[in-house]
Amino acid sequence: MLTKKVKKRVSLLSLVLILSVISIFLILRSLTSNILYFQSPTDIKNNNDINFNKKMRVGGMVKKNSITINDKEIKFIITDFDNELKVSYSGTVPNLFSEEKGVVAEGRLQDKKFFVADRILAKHDENYMPPELKEIIKKDVK
Amino acid sequence: MLSNLGNFLLFLNILLSFTVIYFSLASLKSAEKIIFRKIYNISLAQSTIVLVCFFTLIAAYITSDFSLINVYQNSHSTKPTFYKISGTWGNHEGSLLLWVIILTIFSFLFLIINKNHSKNYRLYTLIVQNILILGFLFFILINSNPFLSISPVPKEGLGLNPILQDPALAIHPPLLYLGFVGSSIYFSAAIASLLTNYSERAFAKSIKNWILVSWIFQTLGITVGSIWAYYELGWGGFWFWDPVENASLLPWFAMTALFHSVVVLEKRNLLYFWVIILCLITFTLSVTGTFLVRSGILNSVHTFASDPSRGLYILAFLSIMIFSSIFLLFKKYYNKDYIINSNSKETFVLINNWFMMFYLLTVLIGTLYPIFTDAITNNKISVGPPFYNAVIIPVVIVFLIFMAVGPNTKWIKNRFVDIKKYILIFISALIINFLIGYFFKSLTILTNLIIISSLFLIISSTFDLIKSITEDRIDFARIVSHLSFGFLIFFIGLNHNFSIEKDFNMKVGETKNFDNYKIEFKKLELKNFKNYKSIVGDLKISDNKFGEERTLNPEIRIYDSPKTLTYEAAIKTNLIKDYYLTMSNIDRSEYYNIKFQKKPLMLWIWISVFALTFGGFLRIFKNAKNN
Repeated sequence: MLTKKVKKRVSLLSLVLILSVISIFLILRSLTSNILYFQSPTDIKNNNDINFNKKMRVGGMVKKNSITINDKEIKFIITDFDNELKVSYSGTVPNLFSEEKGVVAEGRLQDKKFFVADRILAKHDENYMPPELKEIIKKDVK
Repeated sequence: MLSNLGNFLLFLNILLSFTVIYFSLASLKSAEKIIFRKIYNISLAQSTIVLVCFFTLIAAYITSDFSLINVYQNSHSTKPTFYKISGTWGNHEGSLLLWVIILTIFSFLFLIINKNHSKNYRLYTLIVQNILILGFLFFILINSNPFLSISPVPKEGLGLNPILQDPALAIHPPLLYLGFVGSSIYFSAAIASLLTNYSERAFAKSIKNWILVSWIFQTLGITVGSIWAYYELGWGGFWFWDPVENASLLPWFAMTALFHSVVVLEKRNLLYFWVIILCLITFTLSVTGTFLVRSGILNSVHTFASDPSRGLYILAFLSIMIFSSIFLLFKKYYNKDYIINSNSKETFVLINNWFMMFYLLTVLIGTLYPIFTDAITNNKISVGPPFYNAVIIPVVIVFLIFMAVGPNTKWIKNRFVDIKKYILIFISALIINFLIGYFFKSLTILTNLIIISSLFLIISSTFDLIKSITEDRIDFARIVSHLSFGFLIFFIGLNHNFSIEKDFNMKVGETKNFDNYKIEFKKLELKNFKNYKSIVGDLKISDNKFGEERTLNPEIRIYDSPKTLTYEAAIKTNLIKDYYLTMSNIDRSEYYNIKFQKKPLMLWIWISVFALTFGGFLRIFKNAKNN
């Protein structure tokens, strides 16, 4: 027979255990529904099951002479030197955003050629390049 | 010349650390009841020399001595003197030197302040702390030496990133480092306590103020960082759940858990091993944070010059730290029967700790998850604010209620006598929340819950305040901190719910209308400053509803060295709201992107955080008075 003290402790311990399992489960579930995948224009072209409702990040270089701007939005083309993607964005761009510089846009794909961004990522450092982008360029050099 | 002096002083420091360890070991063996006099002297010398070493580097920066690579890479002769000095710790190498200074000075202070504690405990703390100092000194020498020289000597430096030339960012690293590195001393003390089987209560007494000190600086450091982000980054937010911010938040959760549970250890002699674990975790998380930030593993929008070899050294150091402390913990662990009544103050402190561990775990998982998926599946992902908001906000609602009820419970065995009071408080919180929604604007469901629970905490803390004054049973420190935390969440909730944001692309001379606002882009002016040119916009915002008019002058700055563009937000702050406006130009077109935001109660968010830390100060004074 278990003593009362042991019983109490076992029930307390199992309660803590159950609570932690539940909270970790909730954290992980919320995590998987909130992650953003990073893709290059080539990834998008080759990917056949894109979820158009899910937010994602697209990265590459801003193509030369591709930025156009009117009083509502900025349009530009992201390129990874193989494939291109048109992007439309309305809002403030970070200070290092310009043609022939690296860029990461966050938003939703409308179709495989057109992306509507709701955020353009800021970079503080003039030499900075998003790690994802470095890899794309490294691949290209090869 | 400064290069040689600096290197010499670094070596001298290493030598002194070894000497301290050597004499401490000798003192441990000796039969004398007190610590050798010379250990004090060497410790003092060590602190002095590490400071001189740092001043050497500062001198190199002030005189723009570009024979040092570090100065060449991070400074420029036309930079204002203030930023020349702050540039010293604005870079990796210099900030590591700052790290060692804090380690050394805390080591000396701990030695001289805790005179009434046992000799062996103090000596072991000193030894462990000096091992940490050595670890970082070798790191500096091998990999991150700020005193390396360069030849031929360049005529001009590369300059400091203009975005870092800012008063808030000048004091941000020292504050944050005092928090980060300040936690080293109770890491050392925890190990010393395990090694010497030191009395558990005395251990709690000796570390409690150090925890508070590091917590205060950590809080201030994080706050100053977010104030900077608010006005400098031009997004109008102050917290982005960026990995670098998360890295500073992780030890903060551990510290907060720690100074709650250390009270239980001191008053009731319970939770000894839990306190030890928290002490070890806090500093480990601080070093982990530094590792993640400096190695460039984390994909962050704040970027630091990163270098994988740095990461490797810190990783090795970190593993040794973690494994040796886990080993020691298991070796010294003994089973102790804790009898904690489920309705008692002890339980409520534990509940606080559960919440803190939950937040810590959430932020840790969110921060590290992308690293793992990258390593395992090669998928590049990022975890953004929606994750943290979804997981943390609902939990905060419950947390606030516990925060209101917990402090009024009694040690050992509590009985709830004032349930009526809490029901009344709850009802008044509901009414106030309803009034806010009725008079201003409807709230979202989540905001409703946040407002109600924060009001619950505010009202009940206010009751405590009145009670403590009338009954003269003053625990101001706790009340001030809990009250200001309630206000902090309250203001953040309102701020979030009532913010207005609008973007336009405008040409000079244009006018735009939206809701009940009118924005007029009147003119642009070019101004010249010492190390930058500035394009200043002149915009008028009119609020038709309240008949208010404000002129805002956002800037685009063009710095020469290094060639960089920055956007300076124009912010008009008053007690009720902030007007926030940024202007940016896209590739020399005639359109300017104007982002206008109205952010209510911003000032009060900052005031609440400062009040929160003020509570910490009060606690330290009270502790000092009681001893």
